[in-house]
Amino acid sequence: MNFNVNEKGYYGNFGGAYIPEMLHPNVEELRNHYLEIIHDPAFQAEFQDLLRDYVGRPTPLYLAKRLSEKYNTTIYLKREDLNHTGAHKINNTIGQILVAKRLNKHRIIAETGAGQHGVATATACALMGLECIVYMGEVDMERQKPNVERMRMLGATVVPARSGSKTLKDATNEAIRDWINNPVDTHYIIGSVVGPHPYPDMVARFQSVISEEVKKQLKAKTGSELPTHVIACVGGGSNAAGAFYHFLDHKEVRLIAAEAAGLGVTSGYSAATTVLGKPGIIHGSKTLLMQTEDGQIVEPHSISAGLDYPGIGPIHAHLFETGRAEFMAITDKEAFQSAVLLSRLEGIIPALESAHAISALDHLDLKKEDVVVLNLSGRGDKDLQTYINRKSEFMND
Amino acid sequence: METQPIVSNRLTSLFSTGKKNILNVYFTAGFPALDDTLRILRSLEKSGVDLVEIGIPFSDPLADGPTIQESNMVALGQGMTLKLLLEQLREIRKEISLPILLMGYLNPVMQYGVEEFCDQLGSIGIDGLILPDLPLDEYKAFYKNAFERNHLSNVFLVTPQTSEARIREIDQESTGFIYVVSTDSTTGNAKDISGAAPYFERIRAMQLQHPALIGFNVKDHSSFSFACQYAQGAIVGSAFIRMLQASKNLESDIETFVRSLRTGQ
Repeated sequence: MNFNVNEKGYYGNFGGAYIPEMLHPNVEELRNHYLEIIHDPAFQAEFQDLLRDYVGRPTPLYLAKRLSEKYNTTIYLKREDLNHTGAHKINNTIGQILVAKRLNKHRIIAETGAGQHGVATATACALMGLECIVYMGEVDMERQKPNVERMRMLGATVVPARSGSKTLKDATNEAIRDWINNPVDTHYIIGSVVGPHPYPDMVARFQSVISEEVKKQLKAKTGSELPTHVIACVGGGSNAAGAFYHFLDHKEVRLIAAEAAGLGVTSGYSAATTVLGKPGIIHGSKTLLMQTEDGQIVEPHSISAGLDYPGIGPIHAHLFETGRAEFMAITDKEAFQSAVLLSRLEGIIPALESAHAISALDHLDLKKEDVVVLNLSGRGDKDLQTYINRKSEFMND
Repeated sequence: METQPIVSNRLTSLFSTGKKNILNVYFTAGFPALDDTLRILRSLEKSGVDLVEIGIPFSDPLADGPTIQESNMVALGQGMTLKLLLEQLREIRKEISLPILLMGYLNPVMQYGVEEFCDQLGSIGIDGLILPDLPLDEYKAFYKNAFERNHLSNVFLVTPQTSEARIREIDQESTGFIYVVSTDSTTGNAKDISGAAPYFERIRAMQLQHPALIGFNVKDHSSFSFACQYAQGAIVGSAFIRMLQASKNLESDIETFVRSLRTGQ
């Protein structure tokens, strides 16, 4: 079984580039050059230097002793929350900004939900002196104000997306429309393993540094580079793609993807795409997505703005369809409680997205001898207001 | 060897006459009111437009600007679906002889079933289908037969950034007209098409096998006449939707709109 993208841009039945002709030249340019650019030694030298000295990599692989005791197993946290800007998102934005420079693009656009990818893009643009425009749903701008101000402080222009439900899906639509209107000088930095080929593959490659480091670190700590389980949350799925990447062909490693169930998968307020979705086209890619019988895309719900997306990356649709990864739907309440648990047991306040991955521990029948790697994709500073506001609702029993 | 089926319909008949200044009007199904589809078609035919494109509403119309987005949301909010649209069009050929194309995004059609949809359009007497996010390769591999056996013209878009080789390939695969997107733009943008003359001339000089119609940002008599200098005709969408949105009397306003586009008066 092959889990990598084929030359046509497909992962099994999913992927491809379902784009209007207006986007074709840009996507084609990227497709023709991204591998050559990424494999260029000069690119790799610059990328690796920045990951080390600017982003702060490698991030630690931390043995979480008290969390391990609670689950009577061995749990390592991959500390992506310790990256500059507070999440894994910057691995991709640094990689893509270097690609954009080599394609002579001087204007950068991005979409953002919670604002983490927007901040990581604004940061990379400030670093390289490039113009940055970030599209963000008007609703998200309101609920993630500190990240809006961070982007502005970094010199980015934040444009409210006022169409549709005014959240991540609509911000992505607006970014794509911007690219249609500015096809020559602009590069679109997509924040997840979504969009037309080659984006899912390119983003997965930039995020694959996560599992590359895990292998080395685990080998040094345990003598084996393979854990029994790798757990990550999935919205679009970039941190999961990166955490799974170098384990995909090691069948003995169980890959666990935590999706957002919202209020519950049958509640009508959910973002559990593998449970509720069907194959279709979203943002230029064939994948699983939540939609009506008539093929209209459905608004998802999650307490976490970063998982509040009606699709998943095509690689994850393929991992789901082939059974290579196991998907679990975690409710808002479970995630919230796991965030508190990790804070109290390990002194680490996780992002709400990452808290979904922690909750997966409750659904696995873990053994003493198991070695679990849990990708802690981001820190919880951005969610503090939610943690304060909804404590009584979720922590009263 | 299989012989190439020929697509022959009202659209190809129209182009075979060599007619110039072809006016193609786009409107969104189920807008302004859910059951206005037929009413608008009747008025357009009476007003003397040459062909029409009926837009299939979609929740996420990536290539469209605010005007068409809004009309899509209104239509969906009123309950428009692909199935309902087919019902509305079922008896259409009893009274309307205009060439009619449907235009929409791939996902709703994919959920219906692309082949089944083509068969339905064939049985109704629709003349073409434009799916801008259906990749050319996928069309060739999977759907070409379904289009051709139903005499459905397919129409592909080209833009100022499309390479000559790709325009040739598109021309090779087309069975209707080449949709020449006037500027680097979503629909209904404020960009002026008059700067696009060198691009229009470049397309014309290629002497394509198929006629070309210029669309996107064609909104009034001046831009329509300008486009018609370089192509067989032009497509008006957002400007027509804006007029419908403001209209108190669809029939007379459509007549006025079409006359004004044609004559400037």
